[in-house]
Amino acid sequence: MKVRFWGVRGSIPSPGPHTLRYGGNTTCIEIRSDAGELIIIDGGTGIFALAQSLLKQLPIKANIFITHTHWDHIHGLPFFTPLYIPGNSVRISGAYDVVTSTGIDQIMAVQLQYSYYPVREVEMHAAIEYETLAVGAAVTVGDATVTNAILNHPVINLGYRVECNGKSVFFTGDHEPYYNIYEPEDEDYEEYQQLIAEKQSAVDEAVRGVDVLIADCSYTEEEYPSKRGWGHGTFGSSIELARRVGAKKLVCTHHEPTRSDDELERVFAAALARFEVGAGDPEVILSREGLEIDL
Amino acid sequence: MDTIPADTAKKLSTAVERMPAFPKSVQKILEITRNINCRPKELVSVIEKDPVITMKVLRVVNSAQLGLTTKITSVNQSVVYLGQNTVKNLALSIAAIGILPSTNAAGFDIQRYLMHSLTTASFARQLCGIYAPNEVDPGDCYIAGLLHDFGKIVFAQYMSEQFKQVLAVSAERKVPSCVVEHEVIGADHTIVGAMLAQKWQFPQALIDCIRTHHTQDAPNTGMNDCLRMGDLISRQLGDAKGTHPYREGEAPINPQRFGGDLAKVIAALGDMDKLVADAMSFAQVSLSK
Repeated sequence: MKVRFWGVRGSIPSPGPHTLRYGGNTTCIEIRSDAGELIIIDGGTGIFALAQSLLKQLPIKANIFITHTHWDHIHGLPFFTPLYIPGNSVRISGAYDVVTSTGIDQIMAVQLQYSYYPVREVEMHAAIEYETLAVGAAVTVGDATVTNAILNHPVINLGYRVECNGKSVFFTGDHEPYYNIYEPEDEDYEEYQQLIAEKQSAVDEAVRGVDVLIADCSYTEEEYPSKRGWGHGTFGSSIELARRVGAKKLVCTHHEPTRSDDELERVFAAALARFEVGAGDPEVILSREGLEIDL
Repeated sequence: MDTIPADTAKKLSTAVERMPAFPKSVQKILEITRNINCRPKELVSVIEKDPVITMKVLRVVNSAQLGLTTKITSVNQSVVYLGQNTVKNLALSIAAIGILPSTNAAGFDIQRYLMHSLTTASFARQLCGIYAPNEVDPGDCYIAGLLHDFGKIVFAQYMSEQFKQVLAVSAERKVPSCVVEHEVIGADHTIVGAMLAQKWQFPQALIDCIRTHHTQDAPNTGMNDCLRMGDLISRQLGDAKGTHPYREGEAPINPQRFGGDLAKVIAALGDMDKLVADAMSFAQVSLSK
C-alpha cells in the first residue's frame, strides 16, 4: 500500500512564500492498494493536482471517501478532472447528514448550483456513483477494505481505516478529543464522563494497531483552550491517541492556515519535546504535499 | 393487542416529523444559540425538557441512515455521538418549525401534558436511584417518563376530532382517557407512542415501557416500575390540584419493590417543591390555573 499527500492544510487554501515547503492546498490523501486500486480521502484543493497526475493513467476508477462536507474537504471536487471524461468511474462515499436528512449524493449538487459553478452534474461524463455509508460499515475496494468510525466535529465526520494485506492506515479527518460539557460540580458530570469513556474506547478500537495514523493536529496545546468546541485536535491529543492504540507512525496534518513553514516546524519540535516523544514511541512526522509513505 | 391501521400509522409518523415543539424550549433554543459560544450543557438542559425535541433527536441519532450500532438513549449521549454543533443545529431546525399552539382543536391542555411528562420523568429518575440502582440507568428512566404519553400529544395534534370526543366521553363517564381511546380511535396513546418509538428504532426497553405503562401485568423491570410509579406520583400530585379527576377507578401500579406504601415512597423522594416549580415554569403552567 502507498500513501501520498496532495493537500495538508486546514480550513482554507494558503498558498504563498511562507507555505512552500509543506504546501497550501487543503486536505486530499491518495492511497494505492497493493493491486493499484485508487482510494482518495477527501476532495480539498489538493485533489486538483492529483487529478492532473491521473490524466496520464486514463481510464481511471476512483473511490473517493469524504470524511465530512466542510468546504476545505470538498471544494476541489468539481475540479477533479476525471469526472468530465467518459470511460472513468468515480464512486463518492461519505456520511449521512442528520441535520439536512440528506445522503452524500447531495455533496456536489450543492456545490454545482448555477450561481456558484458553470457546469451541471449531468454534463460530467464519467460514471459517477454515490454511496452513503452507515457508521461502521465496511467497503471493499479490490484488495483493500475501508471501514469508518464516527469522530467528533461540528458536522458528522467519519474517520477512515484502510487495510490491505495486513497493513493499515487511519485518517481521522477533523477530530477534536471528547471533553466534558459539564463542570465537575454538575449533577450530569459523572454520567457524561462515562459516556465519553465509552465513546473514546470505541474510537481507540477503530484505530488500534494501525501502521500509519494520520491525525488532525491543528493546534498547539497553548492555542487549544480558545478554540475548544471548534472540532480540531492538537499535536498532544494525537500523540496520546497514537500511543494509546499502538500506532507505528503518526502523521500530523490539517496545518493551521496562518502557520508558516518555519512556525510549523517550531511548534512541531516544541510538541515533540513537551510530550517527550522518544524511543518506544510511534514515529511522529509532519505531513507535507508530496510526502509518500510505502507500507 | 390493538394495532393502528398501517395507513394511519404512516400518516402519524410522517406528521410527527413536522410537529412543532413547546413554546418555552423553542424560545430558549433561539435565545441560547444566538451566542456563538453557547454552552452545550444549557442546550441539553432545554432539549431534555421537551418531549417533541427529545423524541426527534433520538429519532435522528438512532436512524438507520446514520447506522450507529449502539442504541442512543439520552440527549447527552446524542451530543457525544453527533457532536454539540450537530445537536444544536438539529434543535434549531426543530425550533424553526414553529411552536405547538397552547390551544388545539381537541381541547387538550398541552401545558398540563408537559408538566406531567416533566414531573414523571424527574420522579422516575429519582426513583431509579433509590429503588433500582445498578439495574437501569436513571437517565433512561427520565427519558421513559418524558416520552411515555407522547401518543396523547400526537392524538391532540393530528387526530383532534377523535381525541376531542375521547376527552368528552372520558369526562362524562369519569373513566381514564386511555380506555376511551380504544373505543373511539381503536388504539390508545401507549400503542401509538410505542409504534413511533419502534418505527424510529429507539432502544427496545424504552419502546416496551411506553407500550406497557398502563398494563397491569407488564414485566416488573426497573425501568417499567420506576416509570409507572413516577407516573402515579405525578398524577397524585395532579389530582390534588384537580387535573386528573378520572383516575380513581384505576388500580395503582405499585410493584413489590416499592413496599406497598405510596406515602413512604413519596417521602423518600424528599422535597419535590422546587422540582415541581421548575417543571411548572418550563411548561408555563400558572399556579392559579
